[in-house]
Parts: sequence; C-alpha cells; structure tokens
Amino acid sequence: MGKVGIIGVGQSAFVRGYPGSIKELTFEGFREAMQDAQISTEDIESSIICSSPEYDKQRSPAGVLSEYLGLIPQPTCYLETLCSSSSMGVRMGYSLIKSGLHDVVAIIGFQKMSEITSAESQERMGRGADLQWESPFGTMMPAYYAMYARAHMDKYGTTSEDLASIRVKASTYGQINDKAVYRKAVTMDKLTDPESKMAGPVASPLRVGDCCANADGSSCIIMASEEKAKALSKKPIWVLGVGAASTAVNMSGRDLFTGLTVAKDAATEAYKMAGVSPKDINVAEVHDCFTIAELMAYENLGFAEPGKGVELIRNKETYKDGSIPVNIDGGLLSKGHPIGATGGSQIRTIVKQLRGEAEEMQVKDPEIGLVHNIGGVGLYGNVTILGR
Amino acid sequence: MSTKEIDDRFKKFGTVSFTSVSKINDFIDYLEQGKVMGTKCRDCGMKFFPPRADCFKCLTSNMDWFEVSEAGKLISFSKLQYGPVGFENDLPYTIAVLDFGEYKVFGRVSDKVPEDDLQVGMDMKVAVNELPNGQMNFVFEKA
Repeated sequence: MGKVGIIGVGQSAFVRGYPGSIKELTFEGFREAMQDAQISTEDIESSIICSSPEYDKQRSPAGVLSEYLGLIPQPTCYLETLCSSSSMGVRMGYSLIKSGLHDVVAIIGFQKMSEITSAESQERMGRGADLQWESPFGTMMPAYYAMYARAHMDKYGTTSEDLASIRVKASTYGQINDKAVYRKAVTMDKLTDPESKMAGPVASPLRVGDCCANADGSSCIIMASEEKAKALSKKPIWVLGVGAASTAVNMSGRDLFTGLTVAKDAATEAYKMAGVSPKDINVAEVHDCFTIAELMAYENLGFAEPGKGVELIRNKETYKDGSIPVNIDGGLLSKGHPIGATGGSQIRTIVKQLRGEAEEMQVKDPEIGLVHNIGGVGLYGNVTILGR
Repeated sequence: MSTKEIDDRFKKFGTVSFTSVSKINDFIDYLEQGKVMGTKCRDCGMKFFPPRADCFKCLTSNMDWFEVSEAGKLISFSKLQYGPVGFENDLPYTIAVLDFGEYKVFGRVSDKVPEDDLQVGMDMKVAVNELPNGQMNFVFEKA
C-alpha cells in the first residue's frame, strides 16, 4: 500500500464579515488550492465538505458547495467535529485513498460565522455543551478553557503573564501573515494593564487577550495517492500519521483538567503511525483557541513534560528560531477561528513550511511538521504529522 | 388530535432548560424534595452523575437512584462575565466541577460564596437551589 500525499493547499483570508455568500467564500480557499496543485476539477474524484452546522443557514452544504466548485457529479459528503472538522476530513480523505476507493480527494473547510446575527450566535453558544446537564447552568467556551487554566495554575504555578506571553508570540507572527484577521502588535502591557481592553476579564482567569476571535474563512487540502501525487506534483508533502480521539463532553466525565486527553491520545496514535517521536518534530501548528490551549498542547504533544510547558514560552523555544517553533503563522489567536476552515489552514501552513514556501514565516529547513487541532473543549482531537 | 400527556418535567432544570423530555425525569421530583440524585447500575454497580437511564457497559436499563450527599473536592472553577442568551440576569456567576471519587458533578457555585473564598481542593457540598424565575438547579456551597 502506497503513501498518501498532499498536492495542493489553499485558504481564503480570514476576515470579519465576509462580503459574499458561503459559496463565494469557499471558492476562495478552493481556488488557491487548485492553482497550487495545478490540476483541474475532473482530477478530483471526491470531496469532503467540513464545517460546524450551527452557523450554516444552508442545510446540507456539501451539495451546494460541490456544485459551485465544479465537483459534480463526483461523490461528496458533509463532515463535522466542531473546530477540528477539516483535520478529521483529512483523516477521512486519507482512508478513502488508502482503501483504494479514490486517488484524488479534496477536503474543503469553511465557516461563515457572520452568516447569523451575533444574538443568534450567542444563543447557539449556550448549546455548545451537554445540552441536558451543562447548558442549563449558562456555559460558554471560554469558561471551560478557563477551568483548565485555573487547574493548570493551581497544580503547576502557571501565571496569567505566562498565558499572556503566548499571545505576545502569536501577534509577533500574526503581523506578518496577510491572511490573519488580527494583525496588530500585542505587547505584555496591553494584556496586563488593568485599564487596557485586552486585559478585561472574560471568564476568570482568562482575559480578552487570551481568547481568539470569530472569523469567516475557508480552506482546502487536496490529497492524492502516492502514484498520482508523484505524477501531478513536483513537491508532494506526505501524510505520515493521522491520529484522532474523543472524550466525554460533560466536564463531569473528565479525568484530567490540566491537559486534554484527546490531544495525548491522538498524538500517541499519530507518532506511532509516523514512526517518529516529539523530538523529531521541526515545526508545529497547535490549536490555540485560548492561550492556555497552546500551553497544554506543548505538554500533551510531548514537547515538554506536564507542568514544564511554560519553560518553552519563557525561553522563547516556540518562537521561529527556537528548538520547536509553534504557530509561526500567528495561530488562531491572530488568524481568527472560522471553525470548519481552521484545521485546513493549519495544515496549509505546515505544508508551506515543509516546502520552504513560508516566506517571512519560514522556519529553517523543517523535515517533519505536526498539526494539533481540537474540536470543542477537548471533545475531539486530531493530530496530523506531515513530512517531505 | 392525540391527547397523550407528555412527561416534560425536565423543562424545570436550570435558568434555561433545553431539554424537556428525558427518561430520568424523576431527577426533578427529587430536586423538589431537596435531593440531588445520580443513578447506579443494578447489574455492575457503576455510579453515574449526571444520572443516566441506561448502562453502556451492561446494555441494561436497571437503575437505582442514589443521593449526592457527602462532600466533594473542588477541581476547578471560573467566574463568567458574559453568558449566553437567557442568562443575562444571572451574571456574573461561577461554574465549577466537584470530585466525589466514584463520580464528578458539574454545576454552579452558590452566589453566597465569594470567588476569593474558592480554593482548588477545598471541600464543597451540593445544595438544591430555586432560581428567581421559578426554575430549579443545584449549586455548590462550602462543606
């Protein structure tokens, strides 16, 4: 059985209030990936459309979007695991190709979060937990991650300044990523001065600056069998490992509050499949929907021992020139987080890094890269390992 | 027109309930008696909180109720400054998780406990709470 390669990557700019329909938004990421792969729509044998349905007014988006992208009459389907939908799409694409069913598959992620009003969006947010047992208490995503932050601080002495330093790093690279929604510099003062808007409390101990922003965006990853990848592409990037896991949605079903079990479990599977270990990773994209999420990722992926993740950020080891560069595209904190498009955007970044095409964001000569993409509050986890 | 009566007791749970019909609707009757209850599988003995009607291990639905009466340890908490639609009048409020060993309980901290008094690891107990809008939930108080 041959390898599976990535032959084209694309994403739209991530923006607030995209001035177009979901079809037009999705076309942007698709066009970039198609131009990157230099193939035609007839070459794509199947598509997987990924988003989080609570934001979609369109029922069953897969059919409408595949028609707009010229991917009919090929089979298509819709896939969702909240914020990790398009990484899960890549895992499913991998298995479609490995099984021999298809040779070329497009994984298309999108989310137009501004499709619904902010009041509608706030109403949906309340339903983003265990609907029967958690939502009636009035829950929000930041508050759940805040409970993880509190537990991490209590056990390991992590501080709000440590978390803020992750946001400072994100902004360092967000400023040079023209696809990012938030491109301003963020200083430690801005995050900690009580007068500053970014230091305002959201859900203790998390503050405004610890949280990523909603955005509209799309992404596309084109995958191919080894034979097709070699025939169609000069620089295929190989999918070495596709780990995934799930856990209890209700916090009362969780055993760990200082890290995400789904990230650990998905990483274990991905490392084993790829035959590599954490020290072999040269560049990584992690799911920093909140600053604490990036810190836990360092530990859950094995870049640091539990409780030692802060040393990586304090010593700037996760900056571009550090020992394990992380989120050198600004991460979700800078790019924004259009749920269904996020995983594809992370994979696009790592593919560009491995090809040496990341321009100002380029890490020195990486051979193996990793993508950590989490759905919900550590409900679903995907870890994807890519190599040259 | 069907005249079949719908057992929708669960609509009484929480500031806003998003579920009205569940096989564990007796949970609401117990709340009204001042008790917070979980379920225990009669076949394997596993305790469930929140209560479940079915055991995924035994694939049976032979459940007994048990009361969450002892003290649990505070695992973590967060005070919310923003809430979803329908919770505006409750803000700010604090959510938390307590560990009882065999099971854990997610809920809200009582308004009577200031955030500064909360410490990870402290003992807390569960108490039934009536909300201003006539709905019911449970909250955590100092043990």
